[in-house]
Amino acid sequence: MNRELYDKADDHTPKFVSKPGITESLVRFISNQKNEPGWMLQKRLQGFELFKKTSVPTWGPDLSGLDLNKIVYYTDPNTKETQNWDDLPQEIRDTFDKLGIPEAEKNLFMGVGAQYDSNVVYHNLHESLKKQGVIFENMDVAVQKYPNLVKKYFMTQCIPVNDHKFIMLHAAVWSGGTFIYVPKNVKVSLPLQAYFRMNQKDGGQFEHTLIILDEGAELEYIEGCSSPRYQQSSLHAGCVELIVMPGAKMCYTSIENWSKNVYNLNTKRAIVHKDARVEWVNGNMGSTRTMLYPTSVLIGEGASSESVGIAFAGEGQDQDTGSKVIHAASNTKSVIIAKSISKTGCSSYRGLVKVMPSAKNVSSTVQCDALLMDGGQTKTYPYMQVAQKDVKVSHEATVSRVNDDQVRYLQSRGLSEDDARKYIVSGFVEPIVRSMPFEYAVELNKLIELEVTGL
Amino acid sequence: MLKINCSVSVKDKKILDNVSLSVKPGTIHVVMGPNGAGKSTLSHAVMGDDRYTVEGSIKMDGDELTSLPMDERARKGLFMSFQYPVEIPGLSMKKFLRAAYKSVHGDITVMDFKKVYDTASKSLGVHTKYVNDGASGGQKKRNEMLQLKVLNPKYALLDETDSGLDVDALKVVAQTVKDAVQDGCGVLLVTHYLKFLEYLQPDDVTVIVNGRVVEQGDIKLAQKIEVEGYSGY
Repeated sequence: MNRELYDKADDHTPKFVSKPGITESLVRFISNQKNEPGWMLQKRLQGFELFKKTSVPTWGPDLSGLDLNKIVYYTDPNTKETQNWDDLPQEIRDTFDKLGIPEAEKNLFMGVGAQYDSNVVYHNLHESLKKQGVIFENMDVAVQKYPNLVKKYFMTQCIPVNDHKFIMLHAAVWSGGTFIYVPKNVKVSLPLQAYFRMNQKDGGQFEHTLIILDEGAELEYIEGCSSPRYQQSSLHAGCVELIVMPGAKMCYTSIENWSKNVYNLNTKRAIVHKDARVEWVNGNMGSTRTMLYPTSVLIGEGASSESVGIAFAGEGQDQDTGSKVIHAASNTKSVIIAKSISKTGCSSYRGLVKVMPSAKNVSSTVQCDALLMDGGQTKTYPYMQVAQKDVKVSHEATVSRVNDDQVRYLQSRGLSEDDARKYIVSGFVEPIVRSMPFEYAVELNKLIELEVTGL
Repeated sequence: MLKINCSVSVKDKKILDNVSLSVKPGTIHVVMGPNGAGKSTLSHAVMGDDRYTVEGSIKMDGDELTSLPMDERARKGLFMSFQYPVEIPGLSMKKFLRAAYKSVHGDITVMDFKKVYDTASKSLGVHTKYVNDGASGGQKKRNEMLQLKVLNPKYALLDETDSGLDVDALKVVAQTVKDAVQDGCGVLLVTHYLKFLEYLQPDDVTVIVNGRVVEQGDIKLAQKIEVEGYSGY
């Protein structure tokens, strides 16, 4: 395996590529292309108006290299959505084959979706789940087929349109993504997966994921992301909204392996009801800049959240990641475990634990571990806002290096210096990798190996 | 035969001066000496720790080792049990040892390796998940013996492996060393305690004081030291 697998552009000619930059007519064009109802167009226009008025946030990583006027906001691949991989244009099929998606579908998943630039090109759900009433659709299709659910939850209570600059942009130009509804008490036994591939030069990808788990439902969802490497910047500003109803359990895993010209400014949030649980598992390997803080809003008593993440920052990378939890109800629990490896680049933990005045008997644990290599940097911004006495909140942070004694020790057993470093780093990330599905754990380990040995 | 004929310095400071000794396959050569005599320096330098500068020759079965890095020495069949084994959080002992085994002995399947590993860890009473992570001093020494057993080296440098062990652990460690010697392993045992030698019968004894070899002999020399100490040198 080598980096080229992800970084090489495919030879695909899209059907339509918008001119760089965003205008109201482009927003209208996208909505029109998708034949959207008026309320969705209104939402887009509202997002666009807010976006124009709002400045780029400056509290985080340096985003000055991102020229929003040069981004291509909409690229329609030259293919219709299909349920059969063989229907895809050969070059797109080849790409997903190389990434191992069709193979993984056969063995590991009960449903798979694949997005190429702005649109979903493949979607399939296991027959048994369809029978149980599970909905797994391209987000564009869901707007048409399930207007009531979408209208109720799409960028309303979870992530409103005015949330921040890149959410406003997302609302204006979103395209593709996933819509999932799991009915009451249906437990999906194998994960559903989506893969997002951005191929367009100077492109932007703005997929929207909305997942609703009804009471007592269970789902594991996995997303993978990659893009080829170009000289110019690309932008990914996705939006993930999870509605986890009472007693439901959601596990959301994502491995974001964007190439190093991508600005990954992504927003993920879950509304977690009574006795429900959400688990976030995040791997951020690629991108020049990442700003991503999966958030759990625990609004029901007994709700819980766990967020585990690993970020890797190599040359020229600034990974600003973390997690937020809002404890808005009593007896709620949260755990955040964030690990980062900085090898010449910079990774920061930025997180928030907020306990509302009415929330009693809350417990929250935050653990951040940073590993530094070759002059890498790390920063930690652990915000805590606790408005209640009856809480147990803890934060622990460690910074370590791959030390020479460790390397020597492994070398004395016959491992080369490179291998020794690789093994030490794999040990550091082990607690995170352990919570990932096997194939993803393997992929993440390989990616880290690749980055650590600097090939 | 492991033949050592060298001087060793650290940052231009000479620690060992013309030390000459050899370890025959299937025997135990004990290096004794007071604190600060340079005993640990000897084992580190022979293993190839790059913080030590070696002048002279270290030959293993005829191969000159002095210019080789640690990992190549290990691949030729040299092993060192550390006085202070290093902790590597999260790294599975089994995964790491399989990688080490492969680099020393060539490929081995997961199943075959599991047998080797399980047999060794059972006989030592070792249940370790990660490499020395959070282990007590005694557990770490047992982990070193686990690695010795699994990697089955031609020559082993045991740097104060007996220090900090209780009697039970001492017996387990001694048995591991005996087994290795019986299998033909040549052992260079660095110690400044004599208790260990009640369990092991060394073939050769070298006494180092202030970086120089002051006397060489057999078990009788060790017994003499036990009575007289090092003050006579």
